[in-house]
Parts: sequence; structure tokens; C-alpha cells
Amino acid sequence: MTRTKHAQTCDPVLLSVLQKILPDDAIVTTEEERRVYECDGLPMFRQLPMLVVLPDTTGQVREILQLCHAHKVPVVARGAGTGLSAGATPLADGIVLSLARLNAILDLDPQACTARVQPGVRNLAISEAADPHGLYYAPDPSSQIACTIGGNVAENSGGVHCLKYGLTVHNILEIHLLLMDGTLLILGSSALDQAGYDLMALTIGSEGLLGVVVEVVVKLLPKPVLAKVAMAAFDDVSKAANAVGEIIAAGLIPAGLEMMDGPSIRAVEDYVRVGYPVEAAAMLLCEMDGNQVEVESQMVRIEDLLKGCGATSVKIAADEAERAKFWLGRKSAFPAAGRISPDYYCMDGTVPRRKLAQVLEGTAQLAEEFQLTVTNIFHAGDGNLHPLILFDANKPGELKRAEDLGAQILLLCIEVGGTITGEHGVGLEKIQQMCVQFNTEELEQMHRVKEAFDPLQLLNPGKAVPRPRHCAEYRLASGMKSGEDPHAKD
Amino acid sequence: MPRTNCSQALQEQILQALSEQKTLQPCGGHSKDFYGRTVNGEKLSCAGHRGILNYEPKELVLTAKSGTPLQEIEAILAERGQMLAFEPPHFGPGTTLGGVVAAGLAGPARAYRGSVRDYVLGVRVINGHGQILHFGGEVIKNVAGYDISRLLTGSLGTLALLLEVSLKVLPLPEAETTISMSCDSTTALQHMLTWSRQALPITATAWYRDQLYCRLSGERSAVHDAISLIGGDENTDGSIFWTALREQTLPAFTASKRLWRLSVPPTTLLREESGEVILEWGGALRWCCENRHLIIDKTDYWDYAKTVGGHATCFRGAKPGTEVFQPLPSELLALHQRLKLAFDPKSLFNPGHLYGTTAATGL
Ligand SMILES: Cc1cc2nc3c(=O)[nH]c(=O)nc-3n(C[C@H](O)[C@H](O)[C@H](O)COP(=O)(O)OP(=O)(O)OC[C@H]3O[C@@H](n4cnc5c(N)ncnc54)[C@H](O)[C@@H]3O)c2cc1C
Repeated sequence: MTRTKHAQTCDPVLLSVLQKILPDDAIVTTEEERRVYECDGLPMFRQLPMLVVLPDTTGQVREILQLCHAHKVPVVARGAGTGLSAGATPLADGIVLSLARLNAILDLDPQACTARVQPGVRNLAISEAADPHGLYYAPDPSSQIACTIGGNVAENSGGVHCLKYGLTVHNILEIHLLLMDGTLLILGSSALDQAGYDLMALTIGSEGLLGVVVEVVVKLLPKPVLAKVAMAAFDDVSKAANAVGEIIAAGLIPAGLEMMDGPSIRAVEDYVRVGYPVEAAAMLLCEMDGNQVEVESQMVRIEDLLKGCGATSVKIAADEAERAKFWLGRKSAFPAAGRISPDYYCMDGTVPRRKLAQVLEGTAQLAEEFQLTVTNIFHAGDGNLHPLILFDANKPGELKRAEDLGAQILLLCIEVGGTITGEHGVGLEKIQQMCVQFNTEELEQMHRVKEAFDPLQLLNPGKAVPRPRHCAEYRLASGMKSGEDPHAKD
Repeated sequence: MPRTNCSQALQEQILQALSEQKTLQPCGGHSKDFYGRTVNGEKLSCAGHRGILNYEPKELVLTAKSGTPLQEIEAILAERGQMLAFEPPHFGPGTTLGGVVAAGLAGPARAYRGSVRDYVLGVRVINGHGQILHFGGEVIKNVAGYDISRLLTGSLGTLALLLEVSLKVLPLPEAETTISMSCDSTTALQHMLTWSRQALPITATAWYRDQLYCRLSGERSAVHDAISLIGGDENTDGSIFWTALREQTLPAFTASKRLWRLSVPPTTLLREESGEVILEWGGALRWCCENRHLIIDKTDYWDYAKTVGGHATCFRGAKPGTEVFQPLPSELLALHQRLKLAFDPKSLFNPGHLYGTTAATGL
């Protein structure tokens, strides 16, 4: 957690120029209104910004950046603020640049299966606009009603359909990126590759540190003719985890393959009543899509596989309504946790699938050590865990314990050959663990990449990539040998 | 040789070259020596740096050293019913994994299954400082730090030397069929675009010499359904055709003196070209096989590609020393140069392989 600093007052000269660029209602100065922006979806990190601006044209964004560049004022881009790694947390001496008002779908081309959108367009709004043409935008984070495509690009967001349809990086064709000095770059195009380096791929997942995304062309896919989902209950978590690997080994690529542990099942069922197996120790949701015959025959195979792996029951949603119900439970994970605990903290490590059972067990042990409850609802097919740590911030010491437990879980993910973040990003939250996943030379290489885009370090500074000096201190404090290469395996 | 010794040997050669201010030309199987601008540098062979380090079919991930022959990787995957979904061209018997990733070229499936970089999960490299670095990993979702693995894919060895690559792999389809029908190129493009808008199990399309080819792969029933929907005749030589297209052994390719690769938005209208045209990738890739000597000025292709929002490459047959890739807008070129400096400040690796202006600024 960061200590909150006193927000600085904006330089009157800077403010007066901003007032020339933007209408009055696009500059947020009062403390009360700035409070709205003090955190993203991870409220443990808070910082009141110096100023918030809400431009509604790309031209304004460019002028704001040029101005801040000239005044050396740091800028934090912000979409909907649903990020879960404190990536959009403001700076006390910086400006929050909200892209929320750039929310137009500029063009939807059903012939080319593409949509050109502004960064503040909500993820779900794209699929809604494409729907009349029988098309949709595949990446579907659980926050899709609210989160923006600009935020999705910055985080390389995933969703429940990543295993088959990929992450944001697999579904974007072109990005217009404004560098901190106002230079506009067009990266990628509606063609399938580009001349020179793949700077679009580099930009995706760069957490707002390299440039501000002001326009995006997304790929739209034809909606599958049919989707069917199976719900399988298990009396043992490791049996469910094993079934995940068996499905993949059988040559099947489910459209979605999600897992929930017993406590999550019960919390969700209590909340939304969708018919989940409350007695089970774990359950899987496995969705297949394609044409009629294909899906029918695959569901038969899936059912056999699940039973062969020890499922105590397998239920296939009979119709669209029941399928929607099964998924509603999955999508209600957070509010359901909110009902059983005053606070919760969502982690985001990825591990090789074969390590799922081991990591779930390790997590449970750690939870016991830290005397906290952890529930698990996650993207099992991708090996992407989301341990949900339940705590009560009003009880002294619990928040700190939750954070420490989270950090231990991430270290466990690294230990088994995984990563500290699968889709939520590093932000401020996982900056320490970056020092474990990468060594000094690797971090320095990343900083040189940052410098190529933003030599003055004005875009979202302090996030995503720690300073090697910071890491040396962290490693020393946490008992690692200083300067030790954290993954010197060879 | 164990992993360490092998990487260390390469590292030592690089440090040596650095101290002697030499330039190096990383190479694998020499199958793509024709591709990109010509480079003057000492050859640094990765061909000895070979071997599969990790392959877990259940994880859908394979990690191998960069000098591992592509053939070896494809064979071991096939044994377990899996494949590299982006179907990289070999262009010769010795193609290595490093070359595949450095060139970033994908085969006929590209428009339907994704590009090389879509499947790259992690890399171990040596940068221009001679440091061994590791980015990404062996898991399918990973957003820790910048996505340097994907940046290096297709950078033609100008930023760092690839030591190891981890790739996502996919199961082989249960069934695969090619259908073909006679039509002109305009009709073919129309078909390709129409099919792209439907949920069909298409994994490749091409138009060549008045024939439209379409490959369907997947569950047997899905392939069967799609055949009746699309029409055309089943082509029993389908797989031979796709290989010949990918490897550029079709007569139109072999007869060409200079081969242009036009990568354009698929909806771009066809234009009259000076040589024979082959369409791929649902219309997004167009090969122009010039078979008379250098009649068309390069800038014609570049201007055209720019106008339609794509890019053109003089894929084969460029005069040595001349530009082959679409010129970049100046602000983008400047960023490329800054990135080159960020990885390889002494211009150790392949200077001028992508773009050459002066020795100091070439990439
Ligand atoms: C209930 C809930 C469920 C979630 N489920 C998922 C899930 O299933 N999968 C998943 O991947 N994530 C999930 N998330 C996380 C989050 O929604 C995503 O990271 C999302 O992409 C953030 O979008 P945003 O618009 O809210 O961005 P913000 O939170 O506003 O910003 C996120 C980061 O992006 C940067 N940024 C934003 N816009 C731009 C821009 N235009 N240009 C440059 N940088 C920019 C910011 O500086 C910041 O670093 C979930 C979050 C919540 C609260």
C-alpha cells in the first residue's frame, strides 16, 4: 500500500492554458470531485491527483500532452478505473487524463469485420453495436459492462473466452498512440501485419507507460452458431484441476473453461441461485462452441472425460436460458464475495496447468498461516488463478495480512514456473514481485524501452516496471541476497 | 551441449565482437538469406544451439533452443497430435526456430489462426550489451512487464540474438478438406470476404490461376457441413497445393524475377498488376510475381500500399543494397532507431537488415 501524499496545487500558468484548451466542465479542480479519481478498482491504493481533465477530442488530448510535456507534469491515463492493479492510481503532482469522453464508435465495417473506436468506448458496447451484423468482439473481461477498450489495450485484458479466442493482443488490428510529446503514431493497420517492428504488440499491455491510446481498430468475429456449457461437480479440488489438463490433452479447445472451489460455489449460489452444486469441493464450467453437430458431439466427449476424471455429476445446460444462468453465477463472483466479507482482494497469477492443484493447495496452506479465508474462481483453462482473499479492513492488521498473503501467493506462482500477473497488470500493486520475476538487467532493458517512448518519464511513472535500485532494497529487506539473479536457473 | 555452455559460447562470441567493434549476422539454416536488406557482418551461427527443452502436450507449450530445426519441432508435435498453428514456411531444409521467429512469417493459416507473434509466449535472448535476458514465459497469459517477446518476433534479428523461444501449440484438427472452384480474382475475393463473415471452420483461402481454394479444418461434422454450405469440388491434392503455396514452389513463384508481397486490408479492391497475382489470407495478402526485369518502380508499390492502408515488401529479387520494406513515416522510423539503440547501441546485430540509411541509423 502507498502512503498518500498531499496533492499539489496546480500551477496557475498551466491551469490557465488548460482552460484555453478545454471547456470548463472538462477540468476537475475541487477536492470533492477529484476524490472520485483517487483510486481504480483496487482501493487499497489511493492518491488524490493534482488535477483531472476530461477531453472529448483527440486534438485536445494531444494539446494536453504537449502542455504537460513542456511543463514536465506527469500524466496518468484513465479509462473506466476498473483496473485491479492500481495502474490508474493518480500522482500527487500529476494530472489524471480521463479518456472516458472519447467514447464514439467511429466506424463499424461488417464487410471487413472491424470496428474503429475511440478509447473510452466500453468493451461490451462494441459487441452490442456489432450484434445486428451477427458479429462480436471476443475478449470479454468480467468487467466488460464498464471497462474501456483503451484500458483493455493498456492491460492486454482477457476474459472467460481467451483459451480459444485469445487476449486483447490477438484481437486488435490498429492503434493510434500519442506519445508524451504529442507525436501521433499509427501502429498496425487493417492489413494483417506491418512494416518494421511490431510496436502495436509492444504497446498492448504496456499499462499506459508508453503512450496514450486514442483510437483502436478491433477485429470482430462471426458469432458461433451454437454454444453449450457443461457444469461438472467434483468432491476433490485436485480431481477438477486434473480434468482441465485431460480435456486439453484430448485435443479439445473449449471456448471457456472455468473453475470454482467449494466456498465460491456456496457464496455464489447463496447470492444468485443458479443451481450450482453446493455440496461440491470444486466445479468446472466447460463451454464448447461451433456448429450444431460439432458441439453436440463434443459435449458427449466432454461429459465422458469429466466423468472419467471423477466428476460426481455433469449437467449440460438444456437451453440458452440455462446456459446464461450457469454463466451468471460465474460472473457474480465478486458481488457474491462482497456479501460474505466486508472486503476482498483479488490476485491474478498464472501457472502451468499441471501445477494448478499444487498451487491451490499451497494457497490454502498459506491462507491458514495468515488466518484468512481465500476462495477461488478462475480461468482454469489458461492456468490463470484468481485467489480472492477475504478480509475486514476495519480489523486492525487484517489489510496488511491480506496484502502479505497476496504477495506470498504470487511468489508461489513464480516458484512453479508461472507469472505474477495473467491479465490484471502490475501497476503499483505487484511492483515488488517484479523484482523477483525479473533480474536487474531485464528491468534495465525494459526501462530503456520506456525511454525510447517517453524519455522524460512523464507517463504513468512509478508503475509496472520497478527501478533496479528499488529492487535491490526490496531484495535486501526480504532476505534475498542483494543483486541476486532471481531466476538464474542456468 | 548443456544449455549453459551453449548460450555462454554465443555470449562470448558476442562480447568478443563488441570489444572488436565488429558487426554480426545471426543465422540459423540460411533458408531466408534472400529476405530483407543485405547485411555485411560476420556470421554468427545458432545452428549448433539446438534441442527441445520442454514440451508438455497438456500445457500446449513447447520451448526449444533457437537453432532447433523446424522439421524436428514439427515432427515431435505431430507425434503428439499437435502443430504450430501459424504454419511457418520453411523455404529450405535447414530452417530453424530462431529464423522462423526472427522473420515472423506465417503461412496460409495466418488470417484464420493467427500470426507468429500470436503464438510466442516467451524468449531468452542476448542483447547488444551481451546480456542474457529472459522475457515472457511458458504460460499462456502473462502481462508482467513489456511484451518484449512479441516485439522481437519479426524484428529480423536486429535487436537481439534469440537463444530460446516458447511457443503455444494447438491440437491438429480431426479432419481437413480442401475445396476448389473456378473463378476470376474479383469473384474469388468476394467469396473470401463473404466467408470471413460467417462462422465457418476455414483455415486457409487462396486464389491461383483462376482457381479459388478453401481449406476447412476441424471436427469432421463441422467440415462436412461447411463443404455443403460453400460448394465447389473437393480437391484431393489440397495439401500439396497449400505446401507449394507456403513454400513458394508454385510455378508462378518460381518463374518470377522479382516477387512483391502486398499486405493490405482484405476489402481493398484488386488492381491490375504487372505480373501474375496470387491471393491468400482471405484477400489480405497478395503476391505479385513480376517475371520481366524490373519494369515497375518500387515506389509504385509503396505508394499504392500506403494509399490503401497496407504495406509492400520486395520479398525476393531486390537489387542488393536497396530498400525492400515499405518506408516508415519519419516519426515511426525515429522511434525504431531509438528502440534499436535501447537493445543494441553498438549496432552489433544485423545493421541495415530492415532499413538502411546511414550506418549509424540503419536498422
Ligand atoms: C469486477 C471486475 C472484474 C474484472 N474482470 C476482469 C477479467 O475478467 N479479465 C481482465 O483481464 N480484467 C478484469 N478486470 C480488470 C479491469 O477491468 C481491466 O484491467 C480493464 O481492462 C481496465 O479497463 P479500464 O477502462 O477500467 O482501465 P483503467 O482502470 O482506467 O486503467 C487501467 C490502466 O490502463 C491505462 N489506460 C487506460 N486507458 C488508457 C488509454 N486510453 N491509453 C493508455 N493507457 C490507458 C491506465 O493508465 C491504467 O494503467 C476486472 C475488474 C473488475 C473490477
